[in-house]
Amino acid sequence: MAALTPAPLPGDAPASSGRGRKGRPRVWRVVVLSLAALYFLVPMAASFWFTVDDPQGFSADAYGQIFSAPGFGSSLLLSLGLAAATIVVVLLLTLPAMLAVRLGAPRLRPVLEVVCTLPLVVPPITFVAGISTVLRFGPEYLARTPFYQTIIAMQNPDFPVVLVLAYVVLALPFAHRSLDAGLRAIDVPTLVEAARNCGASWPHVVFRVIVPNLRSALASASFLTLALVLGEFTVARLLSFQPFPVWIVYISGSQAQVSVAVSLFSLLLTWLVLLAVSVAGRNRS
Amino acid sequence: MSRPAGTASAPAPGRSRRRSRGWIATVPLLAFVAIVFGAPLVVLLGGTFVRQGQITGENLAESLQGAYLTALIGSVKLSATVAGLGTVIGTFLAQAIVASRLREAVLTASGVLANFGGVPLAFAWIATLGNSGVVTRVLGLGEHGWSLYNFWGLTLVYLYFSVPLMVLVITPALDGLRPQWREAALNNGASAWQFWRYVGVPVLTPSLLGGVVLLFGSAFAAYATAAAMVGTTVPLVTLQIANALTGNVLIGHENVALALSLDMIVVAGLVMAVYLPLQRRSARWLR
Repeated sequence: MAALTPAPLPGDAPASSGRGRKGRPRVWRVVVLSLAALYFLVPMAASFWFTVDDPQGFSADAYGQIFSAPGFGSSLLLSLGLAAATIVVVLLLTLPAMLAVRLGAPRLRPVLEVVCTLPLVVPPITFVAGISTVLRFGPEYLARTPFYQTIIAMQNPDFPVVLVLAYVVLALPFAHRSLDAGLRAIDVPTLVEAARNCGASWPHVVFRVIVPNLRSALASASFLTLALVLGEFTVARLLSFQPFPVWIVYISGSQAQVSVAVSLFSLLLTWLVLLAVSVAGRNRS
Repeated sequence: MSRPAGTASAPAPGRSRRRSRGWIATVPLLAFVAIVFGAPLVVLLGGTFVRQGQITGENLAESLQGAYLTALIGSVKLSATVAGLGTVIGTFLAQAIVASRLREAVLTASGVLANFGGVPLAFAWIATLGNSGVVTRVLGLGEHGWSLYNFWGLTLVYLYFSVPLMVLVITPALDGLRPQWREAALNNGASAWQFWRYVGVPVLTPSLLGGVVLLFGSAFAAYATAAAMVGTTVPLVTLQIANALTGNVLIGHENVALALSLDMIVVAGLVMAVYLPLQRRSARWLR
């Protein structure tokens, strides 16, 4: 899948109105914009037409069938559950570490940055090749140890913990980037010192001082992770689990219209999530 | 931007206690990455050189021959094509909107579309230009030998997320082109072409190359779209890895998937190694 890229923050975009030569609409600009509009809008419109096209004319049946298609509810619920678990784990791991490198261990900061960027360099499919090898060979060497049961439990198809672990790794770069932007905007050491001087306990500092200041950064990290998990296909497919995106391919074998309808549905879902990110970003500035 | 921990006036005992706490708080994350991310990569590296219990370079050699080599080259060719076209188109699109009223709308849309990969993208295009797609039927493309399920079809589909990605990458750099530079060039008698040739493009070069690399990486790693769209009609290394992982190989050759993965990581790593310093360099123009 395409790398998730956070929606641009309005703060990154200095208004350069002075450059605008609005008086002279340029031909090439109009041509470029119309071609782009054509290229980006036609597939959307055509997909929609594909789902409602019917020998008798117009029919929204395909959308009705989504909800009754076998496996729709369970796969969507699985994806949402995985997303929730991934968000909790990724935030619990990154937030303390990122606070720590700002407060007490600045020398670890570049280490953290590199560690959180690495998953972007390694293509997900190679990561899953490694995971599946571990899962395959792990039991052979660990058969007599308690690890064996752990590895089996991790692959429970009702809630594959191994997917959560993999998704946390894939989500690290985005969580790191969002939180880093949020932490840049506030002066963490001063806030912490002020709160501590006023007698606040550490939990109080973290949950009543830091977290409220990071609300929008936490929201955008969560939404980006949600979008990532809802669209993730490679890892789940190759480890033979069936969350939502894998289910779409499965259903496409039998019902082409429904699968396109579901694609549009999941697209809409992802767009809402990502729009929420850009709104969260806008609130921040 | 990094701020020294604490302030100079902080009492020493308090600071040292905080430092030890801080150190501990990074342990869960680093340990997690070391185990969940590091272990599979180590196993991958080790497994590449093992075949039927023996240490050998055969897997790696096999992964660089025949169909596997074709797939690797196919992936590089596709990614390079997508990166080249995406960079040019994305830059023109960004330049068209950078100073217009549509700017915010297009940037938000780009942020969304750049993430539109995977399975839904493949199905949207199949419904549009596939064998029984809407546009294919309306324009009668089928009679002219049109097929979406080949190299150029895949390029067309990959550009759908690559162009918005490029718009996002290049817009801050275009903002960095100060209007004063243009005015200075024009006042000195430069033509628009000369401005772009001697000022604009050289300033943008790091960002442009960074964009090429980013687009290359995302197209190179893409699997879901290709898998849902072309099956195996276009040779791609990700499809070959998936094939080998799901047991579609000769007995005893399972680790070829790992060798192919290692090839991929090397290519992606080389490409990213170019990107990171470039990004730092282009960051200068964002100020």
